[in-house]
Amino acid sequence: MEDQVTLANQSALTRSNRLRSPQSRRGLNRRMIGNFLHNRVAIAGSLIVIVMVFLAASGPLIAPHPPDEQFTGHRLESPSQEFLLGTDNLGRDTLSRLLHGARLSLGMAALATIAIVAIAISVGALAGYAGGIVDDLAMRAADVLLAFPGLILALAIIGILGPSMVNVIISLAVVSWAGYARLVRGMVLEVRERPFVEAAFATGASGTRIVTRHIIPNVVSPLIVLVSLEMGTLILAIAGLNFLGLGVQPPTAEWGAMLNQGRPFFQSEPQLMVYPGIVISLTVLGFNLLGDGLLDVLDPRYAS
Amino acid sequence: MHFWRYLARRVLSLLPVWVAISLLAFGLGTLAPGDPAEAIYYETFGEPANDQVALDRLREELGLNDPLPLRYGRWTFDAIRGDLGVSYRNGLPVLPALVSRLGSTVQLAIGGLIMAGLIALPLGILAAIRHNTLIDALARLFSLIGAAVPSYWLAYMLILVFAVYLHWLPAAGSGSWRHLILPCFTLGLGGAALLSRLLRSSMLEVLAYDYIRTARAKGLSERKVILIHALRNALIPVVTIMGNMFGFLISGAIIVETVFARPGLGRLIIEAISFRDYPVIQGFVLFTGTVFVLVSLIVDLSYTWIDPRVRLANGGPGHIG
Repeated sequence: MEDQVTLANQSALTRSNRLRSPQSRRGLNRRMIGNFLHNRVAIAGSLIVIVMVFLAASGPLIAPHPPDEQFTGHRLESPSQEFLLGTDNLGRDTLSRLLHGARLSLGMAALATIAIVAIAISVGALAGYAGGIVDDLAMRAADVLLAFPGLILALAIIGILGPSMVNVIISLAVVSWAGYARLVRGMVLEVRERPFVEAAFATGASGTRIVTRHIIPNVVSPLIVLVSLEMGTLILAIAGLNFLGLGVQPPTAEWGAMLNQGRPFFQSEPQLMVYPGIVISLTVLGFNLLGDGLLDVLDPRYAS
Repeated sequence: MHFWRYLARRVLSLLPVWVAISLLAFGLGTLAPGDPAEAIYYETFGEPANDQVALDRLREELGLNDPLPLRYGRWTFDAIRGDLGVSYRNGLPVLPALVSRLGSTVQLAIGGLIMAGLIALPLGILAAIRHNTLIDALARLFSLIGAAVPSYWLAYMLILVFAVYLHWLPAAGSGSWRHLILPCFTLGLGGAALLSRLLRSSMLEVLAYDYIRTARAKGLSERKVILIHALRNALIPVVTIMGNMFGFLISGAIIVETVFARPGLGRLIIEAISFRDYPVIQGFVLFTGTVFVLVSLIVDLSYTWIDPRVRLANGGPGHIG
């Protein structure tokens, strides 16, 4: 029951569960970087990710047209020199919208990732350090969230808060932290026993100081690696919720929202849906490959 | 005898999960902005509430002035008796609406699970017995792509090819088995991606066991060794994951059925969200949560039947997952 995350893609947490053994958590060293560079899958994944991140960062600069500009004389045009991927039903340039959309699709996923890390660290560190009833309550809450499909709860939260981009991020963070908080808790329990924490105790450091200065820095970097493995899942979920019209609202250019905007015309103008779908799939593939590669490197026992 | 004790223990351990889900569903409702009394007033009289006295009376009748624990208790008690309130949108009871939509969604989820199994079984076996060959690489490519392609997009691409261009299958709607093929395939592909990898590694593990060597040594045909001796044991972890997957296919079905215009839970909840129909949203969480708890109970119980080692263990398995 632990291996369950948002939507049907359960792979990220399944994979991250492999990283629980202590020896695999000590971060990257030179041998690992060497392994990474020899891992063709990881290289392919990183290339895709680097290109996508670059496009997202520079999208507004390299886009040939503003994303919302309507060229009324050029509705639903096929690719041409001026509109490399054609135009949509309102005469907007598809390529420009894809480039601008990359910011939102990747940016929302990145924000959700940060929120998940923040919640997971707060809850996990508190539970692991405080123990007792706090620990019990936090872990039972995590159990329930893990037993329950994230999408159902995310839909309900958006239903209550109302459809918007921010609420999509909030809802995904609320349903996705549990597995990671449990990982953090496990790491905290382990770090607690290390000599340097005992030393800090002995010198009379306060509990807050030990947690914030000694424990959290030791769990942050492995956690960021783990959560970055979930970027693919988050991108799929975010595009899906935007596709359902529950996130960004028209005329905002975002990949999932573009799919939604292309729906009414998909029989006669399939390219309006084909391009955003390919871009989403490619990006998710990139993040999944990178995640698989990272795990192979960090934990060679599972190399495939 | 063991079975009944095991059943009782599982039901008892699932009870807190159900209570937590009900707290979640109730809590979401109390977080909702706006006043339920005003919404119901509007539903009843067809105009915004301007009569403060009537509104106060309605609030008192609905028990909205009572403390939260009391309201939670009442809400849960009503829910157990099958009363999830009425929809703000059309004034109809929520539970019958959910129940009438469940069948279509479960049908799709079961179809998706079968499709996932049908794709993953040959793919996983082939990838294992031909591991580190081209077939294995292609199987891996398939599972990578299957995990990356959004189901809601794949659905449209399949409609385009099989309904619009080839006219083999209907594009949308429900009714016949032909309407089920494309949605089930859409839903099953992501699952097949995961299951085929799992079956491959499980097969590879089993094929290394001594009893496989024994089976080969006594002259059994390779087909018999693979399909009877190895597969049977390799399937155990796969079936475990399939059980857990079923619940998640139900949530995946919610997106897929909106694309194929199937009248399931998905369309109900999407409509409820756009109308801010809070009783339906709350009921949806509690109802699907209950379905989940029941499914996981059935899955747990079925282990005792699938895996004889579980049956032999004292009192059944602990929590598998």
